[in-house]
Parts: sequence; structure tokens; C-alpha cells
Amino acid sequence: MAAEDFLDWLRREGRIVIVGASLAGLRAAETLRAEGFAGSLTMIGDEPYEPYDRPPLSKAVLLGKASPHHTELPRRREIDAKWRLGVAATGLDMGAKRVRLADGDEVEYDRLLIATGVRARPWPKEAEAQLDGVFVLRTRDDAVGLHRRLKASPRRVFVIGAGFTGSEIASACREHGIEVTVAERAGAPLVGALGGVVGAVAAELHRDNGVDLRTGVMVTALEGDTVGRVRAAHLSDGSVIETDLVVVSLGATRNTDWLAGSGLGAGPRGIACDAGCRAFDFRGIVTDDIFVAGDVARSPHPLFGYQFLSLEHWGNAITQAEIAAHNMISASAERRPHMWVPAFWSSQFGVNIKSVGVPSMGDQIMITQGSLAERRFIGVYGYQGRVIAAVSFDNTRWLEFYQRLIETAAPFPVEFPTVDRRPEGRQPIPSDFPDPSLPTHGPTVTLSGYSPSDRHLVFTPARH
Amino acid sequence: MTHASLLRRITDYANRANPYPLYTELRKTPVLHEEDGGPYLVSSYWDIENLLHDPRISSDAANLAAAGADEAGGIEQTGLPPSFIRLDPPEHDRLRRIANRSFGPPHSPRRIDSMRGELAEIVSGLIDGLADAQQIDLVDQFAYPFPVTVICRLLGVPREDEPRFRAWVDPLVASLDPDTSGNDTERKRAAQEARMQLGMYLAGLVEQRQKEPRDDMLSELVTSHGPDGPMTMMEVLSTAVLLLIAGHETTVNLITNGMLTLLRHPEILQRLREDPGLAVNIVEELLRYEPPVQLVPQRTCIADIEVRGVTIPKGSRIWLVLAAGNRDPERFQDPDRFDPDRSDIQHLGFGSGIHSCFGAPLARLETQIALTELARRLDNPRLVEDPPPYRQNAVLRGPRHLNIGMDGVRP
Ligand SMILES: Cc1cc2nc3c(=O)[nH]c(=O)nc-3n(C[C@H](O)[C@H](O)[C@H](O)COP(=O)(O)OP(=O)(O)OC[C@H]3O[C@@H](n4cnc5c(N)ncnc54)[C@H](O)[C@@H]3O)c2cc1C
Repeated sequence: MAAEDFLDWLRREGRIVIVGASLAGLRAAETLRAEGFAGSLTMIGDEPYEPYDRPPLSKAVLLGKASPHHTELPRRREIDAKWRLGVAATGLDMGAKRVRLADGDEVEYDRLLIATGVRARPWPKEAEAQLDGVFVLRTRDDAVGLHRRLKASPRRVFVIGAGFTGSEIASACREHGIEVTVAERAGAPLVGALGGVVGAVAAELHRDNGVDLRTGVMVTALEGDTVGRVRAAHLSDGSVIETDLVVVSLGATRNTDWLAGSGLGAGPRGIACDAGCRAFDFRGIVTDDIFVAGDVARSPHPLFGYQFLSLEHWGNAITQAEIAAHNMISASAERRPHMWVPAFWSSQFGVNIKSVGVPSMGDQIMITQGSLAERRFIGVYGYQGRVIAAVSFDNTRWLEFYQRLIETAAPFPVEFPTVDRRPEGRQPIPSDFPDPSLPTHGPTVTLSGYSPSDRHLVFTPARH
Repeated sequence: MTHASLLRRITDYANRANPYPLYTELRKTPVLHEEDGGPYLVSSYWDIENLLHDPRISSDAANLAAAGADEAGGIEQTGLPPSFIRLDPPEHDRLRRIANRSFGPPHSPRRIDSMRGELAEIVSGLIDGLADAQQIDLVDQFAYPFPVTVICRLLGVPREDEPRFRAWVDPLVASLDPDTSGNDTERKRAAQEARMQLGMYLAGLVEQRQKEPRDDMLSELVTSHGPDGPMTMMEVLSTAVLLLIAGHETTVNLITNGMLTLLRHPEILQRLREDPGLAVNIVEELLRYEPPVQLVPQRTCIADIEVRGVTIPKGSRIWLVLAAGNRDPERFQDPDRFDPDRSDIQHLGFGSGIHSCFGAPLARLETQIALTELARRLDNPRLVEDPPPYRQNAVLRGPRHLNIGMDGVRP
């Protein structure tokens, strides 16, 4: 069949399978239909629920402003799909173009989209992780459980990890008047994502809101009582914190285990793909029928030295899904690249935080508007003489401008005057990211590739 | 120059009824600078949108005055400090935040929505009052009294004082009309005088509220003690002047432009009559198609700014022609078509960025209710003259009268 005929046939009666029935999966399905895909569409998801939205789980839901049972994603259109919910994909046969399911079924595809996202990294000591009262927060079930226990007025909640999710949980607890201790290995909250300068502001935010924040410490053990309920946490500085509830917020692990041995370029850092969302196989050859989108994908970005970026960003999941869907049913000349500038938001302690670009690449920061002390500011990150990222605290409306600076590789330091520039913002200072070899809870952008100029790697082909 | 500059043609009253062909011409030169010392006109959607988020652009009255803009807000002349639309952060942010505490989320999330019933009642009352007429002037009989009544109630200004403050509002609004002839000292003086009078009038009310707070915004402005602290008395007054004026001057035009547009598109008027739910989209499309604020003439650059290869030098005035951006074919498909079925209507009607319209939620709701009820209740409405006579103002553009013939009013 000629390429064009194949495409015609694919759009008319081809079979498209989407593994991962959440944000990226749903938006891709909707895009496929919107762009005229009339064939069969199968949505495979290991959770029993229709696609729902996760950001509210650590915000509105914990604040009691939304029910954890109802954060379903609004539907943009009918997608007329076969839903296989509550059943995980367990394997992929690339040659036969088949996805194997946990219930023994196999589903054939002409085009496959992988959108399996990430899962919460659990507390590493398994027995302790099993204790009653120890939670992670990724899924709706997690949120239902956590929400129920928070309503039962625990005396104290203990949060491990002060990344975005951990901080949001601490914030919600304080809003309910619940005592909360947060332990963070780095010197401040949000350090992995935003660096120490901004982290210091976040630390103040925690403390002013009554959080018992412990930084520069590691949790060494969780202790249970005789009936297996968690009762205390032990810290590396020797202190012991009594608690009824522990929330482990140590970042995420990519859901790629099910692809082991499939021959796809999938590993702990995600699934590598090209700018058009086509997955690479393990030899670095791009596939033409397997696409990836959302948190599980990692793709090269020209603005960031073609390094492979893994993003755990809501907006990215949507745009990448839309592009993947479009490309799945388009001829090569009509395909579009996914060049989304990373953008992430969070709200905690009544402050809106938003970032664009990749802050963790920036070795310097400049406060170009507002002031750190007022906790209302724009921080601009610089890397090798150019603007690479920006973060806003309660100042979102300016961020578009800084996004354009990033897109145009504008020079750093930012020399031109801006409204609301304070004396503190005239000079760049080190942004103070921790040594990347020391693990923290993890930022929400991971640079997981190598730039073309990077010569540290030596390739050694295997001998037969 | 043999024929008038584009800038002068845009501000020329003769072109008020249909400025859109001029905007089309304007967009051909994305950054237009026709006269030494004159403003730089920006007319493409994306350029405007970008500049509205650009921290090198200032709204500060002092910067404007330095750039030679006609500025009727200087503290020296009127004794009233500039309102927050004429300020940059951090002062702008602080004042707007305090004002917002009593107006919208997060502190008063339901303030506007809870007015729904009250708004509907005012609208019904006004339409009932049209009952036996064969012809009405929509502006004088409906589109003006409605938002005035609403803003008076919201602020706590006695409705019956309307004739008094009208006398001060008119010259103030007139002063917003950019003067392209360059000699309007008289107009400026009148505006400053009016602003002071209006401030003094409001000072009386504010004083009462200080002693006896009520459930209105004036009371909340004087008694506010959020994290930002209270406003000074002078700040309360200039905020109140701003809210009183902005709270109705634009809505009158939005409602009138809306009805005019619907009468020019009877099939859409009919659809609205049958499906009130369409009002939401109709109002958004109106804000794109016939925005009541046509352009923003009060911005200056505090640095050299490059827009499409043109460097706008530091200290220059910039006019953002929102209405031209709203019909930019680079942004909207078939932009000159009024199409409430558009799914993509990210218009510039309320501006964007930190100065985006403070009263937008109220203006939206008022117009939705007004148009829905007009569509439902006016029996066989038709335009008596098209185009209708327009108000003088090029910035706040709208018909001065809109005479509508009809067979009566439905119950
Ligand atoms: C608590 C919380 C708060 C957040 N807050 C923000 C925020 O404020 N701002 C922001 O930008 N982002 C936020 N995020 C991140 C955002 O939710 C994610 O970026 C987004 O959900 C990614 O969508 P996705 O579809 O790629 O992956 P996911 O939403 O993770 O969906 C993947 C789905 O695939 C399923 N799956 C996995 N493996 C298999 C398998 N083998 N077979 C079948 N199904 C499988 C998973 O169970 C899951 O349902 C937050 C996330 C969480 C958890």
C-alpha cells in the first residue's frame, strides 16, 4: 500500500490503542476524533476510573473544596472508545503490534500511544511503607484515603519531602489547623525545582504558616505501634517526631516497567521520543507507529540544548498529547514538533507559584520585579549568558513576557529597566541549586539526556 | 502631508460609526509612528497582547506626563492621587488588591454572582417602563440607567444623586478622549475641576460610611484591613472615582453595541430569544467584535522596545489599539464576521495583564442579562436609523442614542 493510501485507511478504519487513560490519554483521544480519526480506539487504564485530574488532589481536595470522588476531567467531545479500565498493560510485542494486558487479553494496534505517566516513589523501606497511616499522593484512591484520615483530626501529619506536592499537602493541613512537620533533605523547600534563593522564601512561607519545617535532615525510619499503625518518624539528627499520619512525597518513578524487554527505548527516566513524539527503540531508531506523551515521555528540546527533558507538568501532558495524536494520523510533511516551553504552577499557603522554562538549568537568578521579602516577585534564571527560566510568586500576569525572553534566548543578566525593579534586583546572584548528584525529592523537570556537545560518554558496542 | 494622518482619521469623529476599515489599514504598519513626539500605534493582536504583559511598559501617570501625554490626574492639580489604572506595581498591585477584597475572589468570591437576582430585577423594571412605547432610545431609557443603578448600589452611592455626579463624570470621560490637536488646556482644566468635585462629593459619603459602615464597597474600602493595610483617605477617593466611572461608562456601550449588533443580525437575536444560554458567547464575541474600549492610550516605555523590527524609543507613548487587534486576521478566522459560535474568542476587549479590566465579571453579567431580556421581551424590535449617532469619544466608543422601533413589550 502506498503511504498515502495507508494513511487514508488508517484514518478510516485503523486501530489505535492508548495505554494510560488519564490526562494525556484522554486529550489525545479527543484530538484524534477531532481530526477525523474514524477507526477503532481503545483506552487502556490500570485505574478503575474514568480520566480524572490530579492537581486538585493536593489542593482543592485536601482543602475540602472538591470531592476526591469528583475530579473527572471535563470532556471536550465524544470519543467513542472501547474502555478497558482497571486492567494494566503488562507487555508490548512491537513485531506483532500487540499490547498484552494483565487479564491475559491482547490488543492489536496499527498505532500505539503510550501515556502511562509516573507513579509516586514509595517509602523505600517496604515494611515501613506498609504501616497504616503512611500515604503517597498520586491517585484518586490515595486522595480519598488521605482525605478521610485528615478529616479524623490527626494530632500531627508528617510530610517527607518539601517539593511541590509535599508543600501543598503541608499547606492544606495548616489551613485545617492540623499540626504538620515537614522533613526535607535539602536546605529548603522547592530547592530541587527552584533553587536555594527561592527556596529560602518558601521556607519562610512554611514557617510563617506554622509548619514545623526541618531541613537538611533525612528521615531514617518510620516506626509503627503494636497494631501496625505508624506512630513516629526518626530523623538523621536524632530527633523523633510523633505522628498519626505520614505522607511520602519523594517524587515520582516513570511507569515503564511493563515495557521491559519490549525493545522500546524505555527506562527509569521515561521513554525517549523525537520532537514529533515518536518513540525511539533501544537502538536509538525512531519507530513510526509508537508515540508517547505526558509525564512518561522525554524529548529533546532545542531551547535547552537538545537535551532530553522529562516534564511532570499538566500543560505539557496536554500539548504533547495533542501533537502526538495529530502526528499519529498525519503524513510526515504534516507532522508538528512538540516545542512546548515547560510551565508549571502550584498554589500553597495562599501564594500562586508559577514557573516557565527550566529553572534547574539556571546557575544565576535575578529578581527583576517585586521583592523576595514581600514574597511577590519575578525571578529570572540565567545560564551561559541567556535567560533560561523564570518563576513568579503572586505575579503570574507578567510571566508571558519572560517566556518570550526564554524563547528568544534573550541575554542574561536582564539589563533593561522593568516596572517594580528594586535595588535587590539589579545584580544576578547564584541561584543555589544543590549538587545534582545529591538526590532530593526531585524537581518537576528532569534533564535526562546528553547534549550533543557532551563528550563524557564513551560508546562501547557489545561484542558477539 | 496632503491628507490627514491615520491617527487623525481614527480620532476624527467622522469615522466613529465605522472605524474598522481604518484599523485594517492601520494593521498594515504594525508599529505606526506618524508625527514627531506623537504616539506609536500598535494594532496587531499578538503585539498588543505581548505589550500588555511587558514590564518595560509603564502606566504611571508621572511617566505619562513626562512623555507629554494629556494627563488629567496629576496630584498637584487635583489634590487626588492617581487611581490604580495610572500606577505601576507595587502601588498598583496594592491598591487593586485592596479594592478586590470586597469585589471578587478569593475574599468575596460570590459578590458578583449573588447580584444576579438584583440585576434581573432592575432590568425587568426598566423594560416594564418601556411598555407602551412604539419607539425608544435604548441608551437613555435602558443602557445608561441600568449600569448606573448597579454601580450606585454596589458602591453605596445614592442613585438620586445621578444628575449631580453626571455633571462631573461627563468632562472626566471627555478628557479620556485623546486630543490630537494638541491644545486643550481648557478641556484638561475642566476635567481636573470635575475630578476634584467628584472626589469631594464622594468624600462626604465616605465620611458617613466611616462612622456608620453599611454593606457596600465604599464602607469596605474605608474599613478594609487586610494584609495590605488600609488605603489612605485620598486613595479611597481616587479608587471610588475610578470605580464609579469605569463601573458604568463602558457597560453602557457594551450593551448598546450589543443590541445594535443583534439588530443587524436578526437571526442571532432570534436564537438568543430561544436560547438564553447563548448570551455568554454572544457577549464574548461582542467584546471582540465591538469592544467598548477601543484603544489604550495611556502607556509609555521605560526602555527601548523592539516590536517587529521597529525600536520604540524609551520615553515614547504607545497606543494599543485593542479593537484593531480584535479583528486581526493573523489571530481570528474571518475576523469581520460576528459569530457567537466561535470556540476561540480570546479577545482583548478587557485588555490583559495586570491592568485587565477590574470590573469584567460585573460587566459580563450585566450585559448577558440585559441582552437576554431585551431579546426576550421587545416585540419585533428594529433599528430606526443605521448607523445611529455616536458619542464623541474615540476611546470609549458607542452610540449616543439608539432609537429602536417596536410593537410593544412582551410580559
Ligand atoms: C497531587 C498532584 C498534584 C499536581 N499538581 C500539579 C500542578 O499544580 N501543576 C502541574 O503542572 N502539574 C501538576 N501535577 C502533575 C500533573 O498531574 C501531571 O503532569 C499529569 O497528570 C500527567 O498526565 P499523564 O496523562 O501524562 O500521566 P498520569 O496522569 O500519571 O496518567 C497516567 C495513567 O496511566 C496509568 N498507567 C500507568 N501504567 C499503566 C499500565 N501499565 N497500564 C495501564 N495504565 C497504566 C496510570 O495509572 C495513570 O492513570 C500534579 C500531580 C499530582 C499527582
